Amino acid sequence: MKPFAFARPADVAEAVRTVAAEPDAVFLGGGTNLVDLLKLGVARPDRVVDVRRLTSREITDTADGGLRIGAAVTNSELAADRRVRERYPVLAQALLAGATGQLRNLATVGGNPLQRTRCVYFTDVSTPCNKREPGTGCSAVGGYTRYHAVLGVDAALPDASAPKTCIATHPSDMAVALAVLDAQVQVLGPGGARTMPFGELHRLPGDDPTRDTVLEHGELITAVDLPPLPAGARSAYRKVRDRASYAFALVSVAAVVADGEVRLALGGVAHKPWRATRAEEVLAGGPVTEHAVRHAMDVELTAAQPQPGIDGGNGFKIPLVTRTVVATVRDLTSEVPA
Amino acid sequence: MPAIGFGTPGAGGTAASVDADITLTVDGEQQRLTVDTRTTLLDTLRERLGNASPKKGCDHGQCGACTVLLDGDRALSCLALAVAHDGAEITTADGLAAGGELHPVQQAFLDRDAFQCGYCTPGQICSAVGVLDEVRRGWPSHASEDLTADPELTHDEVAERMSGNLCRCGAYANIVPAVQQAGGMA
Amino acid sequence: MTELLEPRAIGRDTVRRDGEAKVRGTATYAIETPVEHPAYAHPVQATVARGRITAIDTSAAEALDGVLVVLTHENAERLASTDDREFAVLQGDEVAFRGQLVGVVVAETSELARQAADAVRVTYAEQPHDSELRVDHPDLYAPEQVNAGHPTDTAEGDVAAAVATAAVTVEETYSTAMYFNNPLEPHATTALWDPATDVPLTLWDSTQGVHPARAAVCEVFGLEEERVRVVCPFVGGGFGSKGTPHANLMLVTMAARALPGRPVKLALTRQQMFALSAYRTPTIQKIQLAADRTGRLQALALDVVEQTSRIKEFAEQTAAPARMMYASPNRRTTHRLAALDVPVPSWMRAPGECPGMFGPEVAMDELAERLGVDPVELRIRNEPEVDPETGKPWSSRNLVHCLREGAERFGWAERPPAGHREGAWLVGTGVASSVYPTMRQAKSTATIRFEDGRYVAEIGAADLGTGAWTVLPQITADALDVDLDDVEVRIGDTRYPVASVAGGSSGTNTWGSALVVAATEFRSKFGGSPADGDEVSGDVDQASKDEDHSAYAFGAQFAEVRVNVATGELRVPRLYGVFGAGRIVNPRTARSQLIGGMTMGLSMALHENGVWDPRIGQAATHDLAEYHVTVNADVGDIQAHWLDEHDPYVNAMGSKGIGEIGITGTAAAVVNAVHRATGVRVRDLPVTLDKVLAALP
Repeated sequence: MKPFAFARPADVAEAVRTVAAEPDAVFLGGGTNLVDLLKLGVARPDRVVDVRRLTSREITDTADGGLRIGAAVTNSELAADRRVRERYPVLAQALLAGATGQLRNLATVGGNPLQRTRCVYFTDVSTPCNKREPGTGCSAVGGYTRYHAVLGVDAALPDASAPKTCIATHPSDMAVALAVLDAQVQVLGPGGARTMPFGELHRLPGDDPTRDTVLEHGELITAVDLPPLPAGARSAYRKVRDRASYAFALVSVAAVVADGEVRLALGGVAHKPWRATRAEEVLAGGPVTEHAVRHAMDVELTAAQPQPGIDGGNGFKIPLVTRTVVATVRDLTSEVPA
Repeated sequence: MPAIGFGTPGAGGTAASVDADITLTVDGEQQRLTVDTRTTLLDTLRERLGNASPKKGCDHGQCGACTVLLDGDRALSCLALAVAHDGAEITTADGLAAGGELHPVQQAFLDRDAFQCGYCTPGQICSAVGVLDEVRRGWPSHASEDLTADPELTHDEVAERMSGNLCRCGAYANIVPAVQQAGGMA
Repeated sequence: MTELLEPRAIGRDTVRRDGEAKVRGTATYAIETPVEHPAYAHPVQATVARGRITAIDTSAAEALDGVLVVLTHENAERLASTDDREFAVLQGDEVAFRGQLVGVVVAETSELARQAADAVRVTYAEQPHDSELRVDHPDLYAPEQVNAGHPTDTAEGDVAAAVATAAVTVEETYSTAMYFNNPLEPHATTALWDPATDVPLTLWDSTQGVHPARAAVCEVFGLEEERVRVVCPFVGGGFGSKGTPHANLMLVTMAARALPGRPVKLALTRQQMFALSAYRTPTIQKIQLAADRTGRLQALALDVVEQTSRIKEFAEQTAAPARMMYASPNRRTTHRLAALDVPVPSWMRAPGECPGMFGPEVAMDELAERLGVDPVELRIRNEPEVDPETGKPWSSRNLVHCLREGAERFGWAERPPAGHREGAWLVGTGVASSVYPTMRQAKSTATIRFEDGRYVAEIGAADLGTGAWTVLPQITADALDVDLDDVEVRIGDTRYPVASVAGGSSGTNTWGSALVVAATEFRSKFGGSPADGDEVSGDVDQASKDEDHSAYAFGAQFAEVRVNVATGELRVPRLYGVFGAGRIVNPRTARSQLIGGMTMGLSMALHENGVWDPRIGQAATHDLAEYHVTVNADVGDIQAHWLDEHDPYVNAMGSKGIGEIGITGTAAAVVNAVHRATGVRVRDLPVTLDKVLAALP
């Protein structure tokens, strides 16, 4: 691990200025991913700027009937909040499906969406990785792809030796729920504050796989806003993984079902939380039958690219994600809400 | 909150280390010490303060052996930088038995033979203390059928909540009843 | 026949003597040994799978303040013996596998040591490597023998002829994955080289045997045993990986010798363990079964393909249990190895029996299905009267009893039909047999001394969590005919008499036998009223050992599996085992060992998968986030029961080993249950949801 200077500025504005002023400064939230990456030599900052005690640790009601979640709220606190459990079960379930109690007590709402992929090649500095070292190639292509993407992969790729190839997935469960909830992200940067839809925060690898999000250097998430769900809406998060707990998703589904509307976001299938907008469009206004959901997912997955690789590749994700969506929507539409 | 800083901008690139002065309260005792900014709470406890009760199993948040109570909540000390937790209050499994008497969770682990090699055990015990507190506070888990109900210490609830602590000896079947016993449910 | 001890402490549920220290976290493991002013070592590993080091630049590491020593093959001491190439660390420029040790840094703090190790620049001339096991690998060879001295091949009768004429056959290929022991305590050592003292080298090492570890270090460094002390009161799990030293122990010794007087601590990181500690070879098992209409086996053949490393042979005895488990007039077993550019495979819980009870026990289920015979009944019909391999009678064999009692406890007769569905879950049940040989090691000595009104026994044994700290006093108390509280047993130090490794489920058998001999000798020499300081020793060679019987523990495991109809997610809500393992010395610690083995078997069935990346020559899954082991939520109602088995031939305690049998057969029982639930026969472990998905409604 490289040595680094450490700072805890007096307030958020100073923290932003401090990071913005140094190209290799980073923010520290709960540390659950950054400290991991420091030890692995994947993150090599000159300065670590601690913001955990600077941003808000409050969850407040907003005027429109939604919630504002301060960036320092822990995953545990958010999942335990009565309002979240009653009004946004998809979010509480996603949080509780992620990591473990002693990790959720450290992890923060501001930091969780910014965690890096757990691609086994990204986290191993002895192997080529375009996300970690641009231009070195992608070891995942043709390698261990079980936890890798099938959606959002450029059709011309993947080529293991191409300088921009990346088939990594985003590992956050919470982010999949925030994507389906149409959350808004409050960001403070050197140029001031801005708000962006959560769905626009993460990006596909495109021509720069080193960047997971659209945030500029020095920009800090200060809060996440949840708009209210439509009256009568029901929501759920379903995570499918290789063991019963404490594992990243093979695939996951965040679903909201309201009158005449089905919203779907998928985890474990792409470089970002994947809002299944094409499937949503197919389902819009129509009856939400099993057949219709299956058809909608077929449309959504038209461009899906299974990744062959050692240990069987990840082609199973394509039927698995459809089956998981069907089961999740069926549960939401068949049960009578209490 | 006053600003603090250790190291000058850019100094990290060439210096062998950057030191920071911190204060921790460990098992009830206040400790002032100088640590490398890179030092985790786990290494601070084990290598600096001689408290080897929290264990290093993976050092990456993948096993739970380093679990301590950090300002009252269970947390992984291997992923917490000591400098970021200046002023924190830490309780280790050894501290739970301060005064010589075993904590009810420790007694339950003994009663149920909820361990073999003992290496994951202090982490399991701190985690269990945290679990019982979280259940008392009404926190739900992935195993909770009804997210809005108050949880009970059923097998599935305890097993899910304790899943952040790997036990390679395979004592899970004894750990669950031990936690239930300590929680007054068995 | 041995006269069994009158059990008073033996058989009594006894709380662990080391329990309080363990629940507080004050039991001291190797790296935690309190020493003055320790230095910290961090290894440097090769990043190519095969080649030569052409340059190694340590200047950046050495330039860091606080770095004490940087060792590479260019400046490390020459070892006295490099016969064991796993131990020949830093002796040359050759790289034989990715992750091999190529250097070590010692520094004032652990952070600095790691930083400096990262700063060592190594340049390689890379050579093509071959690290992938294939059933048709062109370089397969037959080793001279396989582990534990078993023959490589066996043959009896004519398998091909029997298969050609049999009413029913099964001819399938099965495979087990690469498994990493992953004890929760990493391989770790505190080492002190102080040449001014009589015992210049002290190693506080995490090991399953202080004496075997000392012997290895003495051989490698050319030291006399009197000049080396190895200490290990507690082991944070080993499961075989600490049954023999690995290269890390030689590296830390070398580092300590480069810093006389300064204790040096080295713990492998979890990631480093995947290349440097131990793993179980993947196995490919080609099986032929042939039976008559009633299910009696006419032929049984198992041809095993597995790997070893190019620098050191390790031949897993995978076919061993197929030689003795069931009766069959025609049988054949073979082992073929591929020597690859891979880390050195080594011991892992139930070597041989664990993988070797997978393929055959699934094949038996397939045979039962094809015959339309209940799989419990099929096994009973093939019960051999004597050991088919040796022709010797059994010291005791209660497999049939285990199967019947297990079936009764499990509710086997009332099990739901194949493909049974409950809500969102398909339900299936499966059975498999378990077996493990009853072994005693050649060498162990114990002393017993009367001291301050108590009996103090000393033996260099190890407690890996198995319960030796507690069980050995129980045996000693009964052998001396005194209260348990009057006995203290000290273990885990080469200052105590020589003891065998804690392996092969032989610890209690071997050390207990030595303690019984010593106790008997003590009483005959000093009578019932000894004086302070009276002392004798006894060793296992003096204990009667039965050569006329085949001695094994047997068991039966029953699994209920649930498969989610939508996603294929797998759960095992019930896993019951019934074992015939002789007399149980401490039911409390025994139950923990048995359910622990079964839990690891469940882990093997569903979760563990060392996915090898042959392009780069390393396990892609090389940490505990990716190499999944079973977590608490995966375990449901898991029960271990045992028969009240009386075996007068094994030893004075009447006990068989129990540390390993629990992991044998478990994965087969789970796979067989998955088949009943889904109709999918998974022949390649682990069973993961993608393997059953296509068959789901």
